[in-house]
Amino acid sequence: MVRQLAARFGGPLSAAILALLGIWLILMVTLPQLQMIDYSLRPNLLPDQRGGPEDGWTLANYATLFANDIHRAIFFKTLWSSVLVTLLTLAVSYPLAWYLAKVATPRQAALCILLLIIPFWINEILRTYSWFIILAFRGPLNELLLMLGLIDRPIRFLSGDGGVMVGMVYAYILFMVFPLYNAIESLDDNQVRAARDLGAGTLRTHRRIVIPHAKPGIATGCIMTFMLAAGSYAVPALLGSPGSRWFTQIIYNWFFEGGNWNQGAAYAFLLLVLCIGFMSLVMKVFRVGLGDIAK
Amino acid sequence: MTSQRLMAMGLRFYVVVFFAYLFLPLLVMAAATFNDSRFPTVTPWDGTTLRWFGELAADGAMWQALINSAMVAVGVLLLAVPIGIATALFLNTVQSRAKPFLYALILSPLLTPGVIIGISTLIFWRQWGVGGGILLTVVGQATFIAAYVMLMVTARLQRFDRTMELAALDLGANQWQMFRRILLPYLRPAILSAAVIAFLQSFENYNTTLFVVGYDTTLTVYIASKVRTGLTPAVNALGLILILVTVLLAAIYELKRRREAARLVKGV
Repeated sequence: MVRQLAARFGGPLSAAILALLGIWLILMVTLPQLQMIDYSLRPNLLPDQRGGPEDGWTLANYATLFANDIHRAIFFKTLWSSVLVTLLTLAVSYPLAWYLAKVATPRQAALCILLLIIPFWINEILRTYSWFIILAFRGPLNELLLMLGLIDRPIRFLSGDGGVMVGMVYAYILFMVFPLYNAIESLDDNQVRAARDLGAGTLRTHRRIVIPHAKPGIATGCIMTFMLAAGSYAVPALLGSPGSRWFTQIIYNWFFEGGNWNQGAAYAFLLLVLCIGFMSLVMKVFRVGLGDIAK
Repeated sequence: MTSQRLMAMGLRFYVVVFFAYLFLPLLVMAAATFNDSRFPTVTPWDGTTLRWFGELAADGAMWQALINSAMVAVGVLLLAVPIGIATALFLNTVQSRAKPFLYALILSPLLTPGVIIGISTLIFWRQWGVGGGILLTVVGQATFIAAYVMLMVTARLQRFDRTMELAALDLGANQWQMFRRILLPYLRPAILSAAVIAFLQSFENYNTTLFVVGYDTTLTVYIASKVRTGLTPAVNALGLILILVTVLLAAIYELKRRREAARLVKGV
């Protein structure tokens, strides 16, 4: 590898490239992750106890999660809610991606993509905050529903998981739309026409032709959305209540309120395992590789 | 045929609803800025005012957070852009059996939740006595932003005609001159785009920043803390200004990108 680099760029430049790559991959990516795992396997000790007889590897920090009913419930709730957010986002995004890729004229599609990009550039906190205003007890949504006579008294949207999930679908939708659009766009129009000519209806065309072709896009969108949802701190912090805590909030509390970094590291690693597990599952089910995801 | 036309009409209706869903929340937030009410809302409308902009301008903590955010973003640019370029050059040059593994490692920060990147950075630097603060925020954010830079530079590098490089060397340039005069100017548009994206990503980041920021505050962290405690429409005024700046930046970026794409099509 070094020889190939040196042949193209010469000694000094190759050294600089390797140094930058090394700093990043070793000092910023690999070692911190390993250190986090190491931390998670050690008890929380005072500085002068470190290296003493009590300092050794243990699974105690992982056992905490399974012994604590509330934390365990929040862990699984985070898992199911993130799956639900992912499926909802997929359902909402698919028709739009199909429209952009195959129905709209090029001009319409270009305009729509520009309109999609604008909110995408705006801060996640601000996008979530706008839902905080809409869903407030005396906010515009309640007022509208009251005015239409659909409800008798305002609903507390911000006290359950519902508000959090609405906010998440909104915050992460574009991570689903763009991979889907890219995948559907590359489908040959003739295939769709052929399916129609052979008598397939709309649903059947999608099930048999479009969706199989869009698999890498669906997989990428689902992986990104799930990762963002399960790892989100902003949305549950802004739109949730103490009764609808997210697993990331428990992790945060271990670090900055409980003061037990070792315990926090164990929970953080479990969250990472959850995301890697979901990603592997999706990649297996959809038979796609890492190369398809990075497009 | 009628059922198909019905489907097409339904789809069009759906697209309109979708864009309303995308933009209405932002409009509601913007509108609440001008409501003369103590709380940020649009119902009831207590009269139109501009006073929240004044309150915002008088907020010293907000200005400090803005300065911190700018410092972090500049730091991230200085760290993530060179790393991203170097990684792209490395991947473009090297053929090896270890490459798929390295590639997975290089992409891993993009597939790791932001909070985990923050936590692992915080834990790792503690042993060297570096605690949460602006410096650590730069390191944490650059960890994943470098991967975005890499992807954008790689996309352009893949279209590079290597005969240009060989021609320069044949004409007597050394490898540094070739890099400086041929490769770097060719990559310039991608590097500039990547810098804009990196700056925005850094400015907006919350999940990673939260864990590594320590007692300092960036603008995004400041907004989030305001929403939870001491919420007034001044937050909306700040949000509105940020949205306008972002949209302006996005528009410039998009226009530049399209001009670039058009030039590529023409083959100039």
